[in-house]
Amino acid sequence: MRLTREEVMHVARLARLAFTDEEVDKFGAQLSAILDHAARVSEVAADDVPPTSHALPLVNVFRDDVVGDCLPQEKALSTAPDVEDGRFKVPRIIEGA
Amino acid sequence: MSELWQLDATEIARAIKAGESSATEVVEAHIARIEALEPEIHAFITPTPDLARRQANAVDAAKARGETLGPLAGVPIALKDVLCTDGVRTTAGSKILENYIPPYDATIVTMLRRAGMPFLGKTNQDEFAMGSSTENSAFGVTHNPWDLARVPGGSSGGSAAAVAAGLGPVSLGTDTGGSIRQPAALCGVVGVKPTYGRVSRYGLIAFASSLDQIGPFGRTVRDAAAVLQLISGYDPMDSTSARAPVPDYVASIDHGVEGLRVGVVREGMGEGTQPGVKARVDEAAARFAGMGCSVDEVSLPSFDIALSAYYLIAPAECSSNLARYDGVRYGFRVEDAKDVVDMNTRSRGRFGDEVKRRIMLGTYALSAGYYDAYYGKAQKVRTLVIRDFEEAYKRFDFLICPTTPTTAFKIGEKADDPLAMYLSDLFTIPSNLAGAAAISLPCGLGEDELPVGIQVLGPPLSEELLFRAAYALEQSLEPLPRPPVWESP
Repeated sequence: MRLTREEVMHVARLARLAFTDEEVDKFGAQLSAILDHAARVSEVAADDVPPTSHALPLVNVFRDDVVGDCLPQEKALSTAPDVEDGRFKVPRIIEGA
Repeated sequence: MSELWQLDATEIARAIKAGESSATEVVEAHIARIEALEPEIHAFITPTPDLARRQANAVDAAKARGETLGPLAGVPIALKDVLCTDGVRTTAGSKILENYIPPYDATIVTMLRRAGMPFLGKTNQDEFAMGSSTENSAFGVTHNPWDLARVPGGSSGGSAAAVAAGLGPVSLGTDTGGSIRQPAALCGVVGVKPTYGRVSRYGLIAFASSLDQIGPFGRTVRDAAAVLQLISGYDPMDSTSARAPVPDYVASIDHGVEGLRVGVVREGMGEGTQPGVKARVDEAAARFAGMGCSVDEVSLPSFDIALSAYYLIAPAECSSNLARYDGVRYGFRVEDAKDVVDMNTRSRGRFGDEVKRRIMLGTYALSAGYYDAYYGKAQKVRTLVIRDFEEAYKRFDFLICPTTPTTAFKIGEKADDPLAMYLSDLFTIPSNLAGAAAISLPCGLGEDELPVGIQVLGPPLSEELLFRAAYALEQSLEPLPRPPVWESP
């Protein structure tokens, strides 16, 4: 199969990645080759085989609902690119707000 | 008399306890060794000599006060740069985390600090552990100590090369599809991929959360066992960590293999595997037979298709995990973004090509209309891989298989062909999909007089048995020669 330029650009938008025209061609060709190889999974995976999402059969691992130690606010914010009044600061999200 | 940097971890620990060497002397010997060889090897992204000196000093002070030292107190260790270290830059090999200084320690880092193991530095790796050569590091390639023109393997290539070159006796890496075992094989050292859940992942920068596992490198099986012993166990901070008790791997390591049933994986011995690699694995099988094991061939039909499933599952999980690099809480953010989507998108431009490729692949495989055909089918293959192993372990106690189809390849040889690079993980991926344990150890030299790695594979939580098997094989083989850099300078 061959991914179209539109498909590559659509997936890039979903993933919040930006590509130049050249990169769209390069990645499109590489992804198509990898997907051809990967598509072989459909040849062996019969309908009656259940899927495995995780090697361990764990379901809903809970801890007791008690307050424990956590990072102090200033440490949690210490790695942020921009901070104001003890909060993460980001550019405008909503138009006209 | 060996130089201090030439000693194995077990010998160093003994020498410090006996008062023959101080932890400070041991650390200084390694710092000098790193300074001399780093220009050639480039095993480290961030060496931490001052931290190592402080930690060694604390061990010496504790000994002077008469305190009882832990089993590996004073033994220096190198850490892959995906493991968060409080106050020490942790990049994951990525420009997006170039200036990231974690505000906390990974659980295993806390364990190593308490054990009194000085940290030599953060080792080089493929970006976010995605790769098989360290060529995807944003901070330059690591060179194989056996031949500087060749890759050390990856993604934990820096940790493997450091141990092989005598820059540290032991190190830690992570293995999502072979990223400990493959570089261990290519650098001629021991590497352990523990059972999924055996070692806490808290503070490990995530790649594919259902596959990632932390494990040790060493120059001997015993050293690797001693390190795994220290970092294993349940952690309430990792909901997937195993509650199973941790056996004493070192105590039972020399209990032998007589009477055990060994399966040689047929799919590992096909046309794609170099003749020199197959010859060493055949010889290893003969050694096991000579030690009283029954040896027979076993087929794991899903071995080949596991690679295809892996290259859907791992990218799918990666595309989700790496969504966190959005320029908000940590990592790189572009200046002058016009809105938040622009900021997200342009900040993520800092990812390297392989990371972008896998995010794209995973996003595609999970997107509407393709989920069932790709990700859903890959999950079914994962079931088939687990079933194949379960069938095999009805007849065999453990399996053996080459770790990699070839010895170390040249830097640049596969850099422009992602699919060819992926094939070097063909024999390591099934253990990750099954959540099982595996050890790679050297078993002689193959093509181009380079090391060959053999895997011993077992079911989940079989580490104790696998260490026994690996130790028995190691003792029965001629010791591997040292790489050319061993004598210099």
